[in-house]
Amino acid sequence: MPTDTTMGQARSQPTPPGPLLAFWRSFRENRGAVLGLTIVAVIVFVAVFAPLLAPYSPSEQFRGSTKLPPFWVIGSDPRFILGTDAVGRDMLSRLIYGSRVSLFIGLSVMVVSMVVGVALGLAAAWFGGIVDVIILRIMDLIMSIPSLVLAILIIAVIGPNLTNTIVAVTIVGLPRYVRLVRASAISELSKDYVIGAKVAGNGPFRLMMVTILPNCMAPLIVQAALGLSDAILEAAGLGFLGLGAQPPVPEWGAMLADSRDLMLSHPWVMALPGIAILTTVLAINLMGDGLRDALDPRLKRS
Amino acid sequence: MKRFGMFASALLLGTMLAGAAQAKTLVYCSEGSPENFTPAMNTTGTSFDAARPLYNQLVEFERGSTNVVPSLAESWDVSPDGMTITFKLRPGVKFHSGVNGFTPTRDFNADDVIWSFDRQWKPDHPYAKVSGGAYDYFNDMGMPDLLKSIEKIDDLTVKMTLNEPNAPIIANLAMDFATIASAEYADFLMKKGTPEQFDQIPVGTGPFQFVAYQKDAVIRFKAFDDYWGGKAKIDDLVYAITPDNTARYAKLKAGECHVMGYPNPADLEAMGKDEAINLLQQAGLNIGYLAMNAQKPPFDKKEVRQAINMAIDRDSILKEVYQGAGQKAKNLIPPTIWSYNDAVTDYEYNPEKAKEMLKAAGVENLQSDLWWMPVQRPYNPNAKRMAEMMQADLAKVGINAELKSFEWGEYRKRLQAGEHQMGLLGWTGDNGDPDNFFFLRGCDAQGTPASQNITKWCNKDFNDMLFQARKLSETADRTKIYEQMQVLQKEEAPDVTIAHSTVFEPIRKEVIDYKISPFGRHEFYGVDIQE
Amino acid sequence: MLRFFLKRVVLTLPTFFALMFVTFLMIRLVPGDPVEVRLGERGISPERHAELLREMGLDRPVWQQFADYVWGLFHGDFGVSIITKTPVVREFLTLFPATLELTLCAMIFAITLGIPAGVIAATRRGGIYDQTLMGLALTGYSMPIFWWGLLLILVMSNTLHLTPVSGRIDLIKYYFEPVTGFMLIDSLLSGQKGAFLDAVRHLILPTIVLGTVPLATVARMTRSAMLEVLGEDYVRTARAKGLTWRRIIGLHALRNALIPVVTVIGLQIGTLLAGAVLTETIFSWPGVGKWLVESIARRDYPALQGGIMLISSIVILCNVIVDVLYGLINPRIRHAH
Repeated sequence: MPTDTTMGQARSQPTPPGPLLAFWRSFRENRGAVLGLTIVAVIVFVAVFAPLLAPYSPSEQFRGSTKLPPFWVIGSDPRFILGTDAVGRDMLSRLIYGSRVSLFIGLSVMVVSMVVGVALGLAAAWFGGIVDVIILRIMDLIMSIPSLVLAILIIAVIGPNLTNTIVAVTIVGLPRYVRLVRASAISELSKDYVIGAKVAGNGPFRLMMVTILPNCMAPLIVQAALGLSDAILEAAGLGFLGLGAQPPVPEWGAMLADSRDLMLSHPWVMALPGIAILTTVLAINLMGDGLRDALDPRLKRS
Repeated sequence: MKRFGMFASALLLGTMLAGAAQAKTLVYCSEGSPENFTPAMNTTGTSFDAARPLYNQLVEFERGSTNVVPSLAESWDVSPDGMTITFKLRPGVKFHSGVNGFTPTRDFNADDVIWSFDRQWKPDHPYAKVSGGAYDYFNDMGMPDLLKSIEKIDDLTVKMTLNEPNAPIIANLAMDFATIASAEYADFLMKKGTPEQFDQIPVGTGPFQFVAYQKDAVIRFKAFDDYWGGKAKIDDLVYAITPDNTARYAKLKAGECHVMGYPNPADLEAMGKDEAINLLQQAGLNIGYLAMNAQKPPFDKKEVRQAINMAIDRDSILKEVYQGAGQKAKNLIPPTIWSYNDAVTDYEYNPEKAKEMLKAAGVENLQSDLWWMPVQRPYNPNAKRMAEMMQADLAKVGINAELKSFEWGEYRKRLQAGEHQMGLLGWTGDNGDPDNFFFLRGCDAQGTPASQNITKWCNKDFNDMLFQARKLSETADRTKIYEQMQVLQKEEAPDVTIAHSTVFEPIRKEVIDYKISPFGRHEFYGVDIQE
Repeated sequence: MLRFFLKRVVLTLPTFFALMFVTFLMIRLVPGDPVEVRLGERGISPERHAELLREMGLDRPVWQQFADYVWGLFHGDFGVSIITKTPVVREFLTLFPATLELTLCAMIFAITLGIPAGVIAATRRGGIYDQTLMGLALTGYSMPIFWWGLLLILVMSNTLHLTPVSGRIDLIKYYFEPVTGFMLIDSLLSGQKGAFLDAVRHLILPTIVLGTVPLATVARMTRSAMLEVLGEDYVRTARAKGLTWRRIIGLHALRNALIPVVTVIGLQIGTLLAGAVLTETIFSWPGVGKWLVESIARRDYPALQGGIMLISSIVILCNVIVDVLYGLINPRIRHAH
């Protein structure tokens, strides 16, 4: 989807030196954003090549070497750079494989939210009237229930596992996408070029996809980046409450929850997954900020 | 809550002004809010603990042991045929006065006993439906079938008639559900039109009386001056509700509470080294086990079940899951219960032999499941970790076990329906009688497993012995039968008996004469604090 | 104005009805029922199970239960908790002040630190202060707060012994009955020496943990709003007139920049009231969020339904008030409706 839309954008407003290049130049200026992008790239690399990078299988238990500290603490074992967890699994390997889980959840939530959010948002904007009211009321409803309580309730109904975590986090975050698309689409619909396109006899679907959507794309991309980090955080929160991925999947939130009883006696086991979550989310947010600054001309001006 | 709280505060303020400096306060960091203060309606240790300072039963477990001693009944006689029990009640026992505007006009007598049992037993009792009226323990212990009648002979004599002789009944009557409440207070509230307050603002005969309760925050009690056993040594008793075990420990360290329950096993080592803390311990009256569903192949084969017993590395589990706070279990009953058979030989950890046996039984590359409960239980501090370890052990003998879990209520229901192949569960004893453990492997007369028998293993010899032992009254005769049953069970191996967890309770050094209970109770009458 | 307010309230009514229906239905879709959840390892016979469900009124058709429930709601009856047998409203009212107190403290924490941080960052745009502050804000915004809470407990309470670990007050030293339910006020009313300070000490960590994300949001929002305002013509004019930076920021820029910030704060209060679940869990804080989550686990239908209705009403009300205030400040919005 993103490649399509940038092409669409390029077609609709072909100003030299090309929006893509302009965007990149603007993005590159922001050192934080570049740092974020680099970290994200590293995490993606780690996730993709996890089996090659991880020294051990994430579920292999070394019974004789449990709860070892990381290498810079006295009493560590050189075989396990970041130590081991309560049942003797290598922390480094689990963290590496955990990046797959977190990115998978984040990306899935983002893609599903985008597709459903765009569809509902455009439908609400185009049809207006009763359709608009119904969609908006449903979104209000979702937003008026405390989000974590709603997510827990959804998980309670459909059962805890990885897929259902994605479903719950998507539902909870959906209103932001729908409202955003609807608002942008409504403001575009009243513009002259849309009226022109309508007069020229373009069908509603074509009008939506080719004319209106690309023009709502900038805020949507920003929302998607922020939505990605929110999804990772929320999924980790559910994992922490024991409602996310089930064992022995090395999900970071669940790893944190598993080691909660070791908080006082072996703080490292608890500290590391938290650092992994924080780093990932922070990097994505840095990148998201850069995207926003580069895409939002209003902020660029000041 | 606020209304009666205000009243209680006025009351407490009086006592506090009188002797604020000298008042001894003991704070217990408890793990949760009670459902209400009527033990007959509750099932959780948390709720029982909250009501215990307030009430007595006819007979009681001696503090810190499983011995049954007289309480509201001074003595009792069992008829030679074992069908009637006559209780002589203690004279001059006072009920708490001044709680919720109630002043008792009479001492405890037979009416209170009859009232308390009838509430749980007779659906037409005026209080039977108050507060929802689910009397789980009374029903679970089989009381409706067992009891024929309870009669008042005179004010201080009660006669209980049974339908059949039952050896464990006296121990059952020491359990919390058999708590005796005030019939007069019940009438008082009924006249006021607020019967539901009976379960929220309790009045009993116990060593402490109720002061105030704030959900999820605190329960306050004060010593009852006229307690029949003598006034408690501490003046105020406070339950600070602190659900997180790490937080409880930190509070104990900071002196914000004196006694805490359910410590985190991983913190025990630090607790043992702490200068300000005494770490008490006692062998728990419990068993954590892995049940194999004997109705699902290949677990219908004895050899397969035995092989799994050899495949699981229980020593590692004891170390990493129980953090050493447990004892490897050989039998279903813990060694502290009479009739424990130490002559039984346990299975040794031997994955090679297990693999051979599985091969001999025609089991290779088995796809199976392993269920773990989503909650921490006294007999299993971390079922998830245990399941992950077992999964790795089973993989070594060629069994690929998928881990499964459900929400706790759903989990038990499905296990009881026999949906699992292998599942973790356990049991905590109620009354110290072996029958209270062996019934877990019981079946009915037709050979259908009882719902709590999640191994779904029915063995006629085992079952016959179980029923026979129940009807005997001589402990020596029963012991012989139970010893045989343990041998049989080990040989048949319907389960892997993992561990009896050790109950640990850290208390501050200034607490005097606190006794840890084998039932996991928390009792504060008789406890003192050094100033 | 009143008409505008009433109109907004009326607009929320359909949401409210839908909410009633959805919470009612969803909690019943959760597998298991209140009877099963209460049982121990012993199990229960199907007959007795059915009997207990009947006593709770849960054997009747769902639509009938729903009708009863709605009927009760219209009479102001939110039902009685299945587990504790106390009215849901009473349970809510004993727990809500704790949540509200924590939320307000977190909000005050976020505002008092967030607005100055945002202003400083905006006026020194691109400088070291701006980069440091915004880096910190983004870190706060990215923080997994359950981990943050545990980390703070580990460092502040267990290692440095600076703050208590959990609870709202030292129960050994102080005893007073709740009058308002707000520990800070009650401790002052009690007149007991040191009680207020102790209550403050207990509030510090939960406030920081709950306030971290709003703090980051407010700081970022203030910064970007300030930047926007500073670029406006009137600010340039004021500068050209020779007004000092301090006067410009204090008098003109900040006032205008605060409009979107206030909106964000208002919306955050609603989110926080409802979103304190993790913070309450970590600090054993006797609040509403933890109660709702426990009610799901116990299948306490009335408590969950009532609790969600009550908390959501407050959230919706917060949002309406923010809308109306925004309309007051910015009349263009009002006319748009």
